[in-house]
Amino acid sequence: MNPQLLWLIPILPFAGFLLNGTLGRRLPRAAVATIALLFTLVPALLVLELWSFMKSVNGPLTLSTASHPWIAVSGLSLDFAFTVDHLTLVMLGVVTGVGFLIHIYSVGYMAHEEGNWRFFAYLNLFMFFMLVLVLSSNFLLLFVGWEGVGLASYLLIGFYFQKDSAANAGKKAFIVNRIGDFGFLLAMFLLIAHYNTLDFGTIFTHIAAAHLSGGFLTAIALLLVLGAAGKSAQIPLYVWLPDAMEGPTPVSALIHAATMVTAGIYMVARCHVLFDHAPAALTVVAIIGALTALLAATIGMVQHDIKRVLAYSTISQLGYMFLACGVGAYSAGIFHLMTHAFFKALLFLAAGSVIHALGGEQDMRKMGGLRTQIPITFWTMSAGVFAIAGIYPLSGFFSKDEILFQVFIHGGALYILLWLVGLLTAGLTSFYMFRLWFKTFFGEPHTAGHGPSHAPDLHAAHGAAVHAQRETKLTMVAEPEPHGVHESPPSMTFPLIVLGVLSVTGGWVGIPFALGGQNEIEHFLRPVFHPIAPGQLEFYPEFVSGGGKEQLLAFVSLLVACAGIYFAWLLYVRKPGEATRLAELNPTTHMAYKLLDHKYWVDEIYQRGIVLPLLAVSRVLLNGLVDTGIVQGSAWVLGESAGGLNWLVRRVQSGNIRSYAGWLALGAACVIVIVLFGHHPLLH
Amino acid sequence: MVPIAYYLVLAAILFCIGVAAFLMKRNIITIFMSIELMLNAVNLTFVAFAHQWHQISGQIFVFFVMVVAAAEAAVGLAIIIALFRVRQTLNVDQVNLLKN
Repeated sequence: MNPQLLWLIPILPFAGFLLNGTLGRRLPRAAVATIALLFTLVPALLVLELWSFMKSVNGPLTLSTASHPWIAVSGLSLDFAFTVDHLTLVMLGVVTGVGFLIHIYSVGYMAHEEGNWRFFAYLNLFMFFMLVLVLSSNFLLLFVGWEGVGLASYLLIGFYFQKDSAANAGKKAFIVNRIGDFGFLLAMFLLIAHYNTLDFGTIFTHIAAAHLSGGFLTAIALLLVLGAAGKSAQIPLYVWLPDAMEGPTPVSALIHAATMVTAGIYMVARCHVLFDHAPAALTVVAIIGALTALLAATIGMVQHDIKRVLAYSTISQLGYMFLACGVGAYSAGIFHLMTHAFFKALLFLAAGSVIHALGGEQDMRKMGGLRTQIPITFWTMSAGVFAIAGIYPLSGFFSKDEILFQVFIHGGALYILLWLVGLLTAGLTSFYMFRLWFKTFFGEPHTAGHGPSHAPDLHAAHGAAVHAQRETKLTMVAEPEPHGVHESPPSMTFPLIVLGVLSVTGGWVGIPFALGGQNEIEHFLRPVFHPIAPGQLEFYPEFVSGGGKEQLLAFVSLLVACAGIYFAWLLYVRKPGEATRLAELNPTTHMAYKLLDHKYWVDEIYQRGIVLPLLAVSRVLLNGLVDTGIVQGSAWVLGESAGGLNWLVRRVQSGNIRSYAGWLALGAACVIVIVLFGHHPLLH
Repeated sequence: MVPIAYYLVLAAILFCIGVAAFLMKRNIITIFMSIELMLNAVNLTFVAFAHQWHQISGQIFVFFVMVVAAAEAAVGLAIIIALFRVRQTLNVDQVNLLKN
């Protein structure tokens, strides 16, 4: 395959963005959708072609485009080039494949929305930047993609910009990400200062060859972790992701679950050489990951908004991936990234289908008994729920188990503790996912009073984030209101079915040896994470560590997952209302419930501790002193002095001929004086 | 032979009188006349130097100046008459329609 074809992969979605962004307003809906789909389908096919090509070559392989000089200043030269290796290929597959499916889904989901040309243009823009991110061969180009996906995320979260909550959520996501980007930038500056390049290959060769002082690499690694924590919604920067659910549901599925939020994981995996030489930073990554997984899972247990449950679940799963990277099991992290992309995209899209069926309802307390009314959504979502809960033999089981196993065998008391946290989180995950499943699809239907006419009252009543479809629908005249619960159109159910199949089977590429598989994904990614020197024999730690332990661990985690299901069944099916009773049982449980319900008051703490002081400083110091005082003041002084000078000079221009003549005579007299007495010392 | 300095001093005096009159007088005809005075002061220096250096070109230049001055006088007087018809005054301080 000609490596120059790599250029096409990101450029095509960009062309789609340009077409839809400039002409979309005047094009019919079908044309807009066709453009958006076509310009994502072709890259997906190219990636497929690329995959079959790379598959045919055995051993390590990277494909690179020609590199074009991009920035050249005083000795530093940065190139513009794309590179593909096995890691990139997995990411490319996820981005283009899941991306294309979500594009199809969006056609159905956004069919009745105003301005869907804008939506598809942004979606293609996102694809472009995400592909640049994973294809780039240096830190700077990766950063371009990194910032670009942030921009697309901002635009899409704020798609319903008439809603204050959506606009604010977009700003929050952008600003919180800026904090992470700050770390990323500093890391790049340090790398430039030391290596005078940002090229991945060059830097990693240097790091692998010469063992630098640990502190320097640890500093860079920690700064990169800050960046990754921002993008991948880890402690302490995870707060933007739940709010990002204000965007349309396909956006939540594509950007805030399947692809963009995994950019941080990808970046850590991409820089694995750097992290391997900074063990302290790796430990931090592992701890952050485990804590985030647990914290988000506990919050997810009490949320009522179906999309928020999924958002916290995403944060929790990203924590797992961080944990995997933190113990050096990058391929396990990427494996979980891939399976997570499948089942989380599926869950979000199915949730979107539920919301669509209920005409914009997102509160799970108002759902129930939907399994017969929307069967396709029910069955596909069940696949996703079982997959994320880690039920054998669905995809989530294998990837999550691989991570937990790798953490367990990493050695040391700390990692046993982290493993326990991971295990507990697995139990909580299956609990809250089945809570969602039971509340949505089982029990009594709560949709009787949910006619379109009552809906605005309901919205006002719970005041939570709502699907703004209704609001935009109000502006359309000929729109037939949906009556009653209905299954979604084929354009929405088709991606659900495909993703459902992938959620079930996606994990089979990584069945460990202990369970009779080949662990192909590990083998596939091995050239990236454990390059083998020529002549060296391949080495599989799985054989050494013993299969018995892994089988036992797999059994334990399966048991924990089943326990989670059992408790969810107990609380939400067998004795509905038991959960509420438990929360009010005694002051301790009440406090615990409050704590979780208010998400540990993290948003409030950030508001009081950081945002308000920052605003105060900005208002008094920056606005009051610097802006009004210095900037505005100096502009005022400049303006006034120019005015004064003007007043003075204006006297000269009197309009009186004789005064001009007087000045002329005076000037002539001066010239004569200078000519006559020019040699005088006083005039020199 | 009269030294050239005499001519030059006379020309300078005439020119200064012209300038002073131009600056001080308000009557537009007097101003006009002071301009003529300055022109003739310059003509005097031309003629004096032409005589001094035996160069004919200075004298030719004087004729040009006289021609231009005559043309200017014709045009200028026409303007003055037109102005007087409109404004009923010859005071330049009152002819300030374009100011401001």
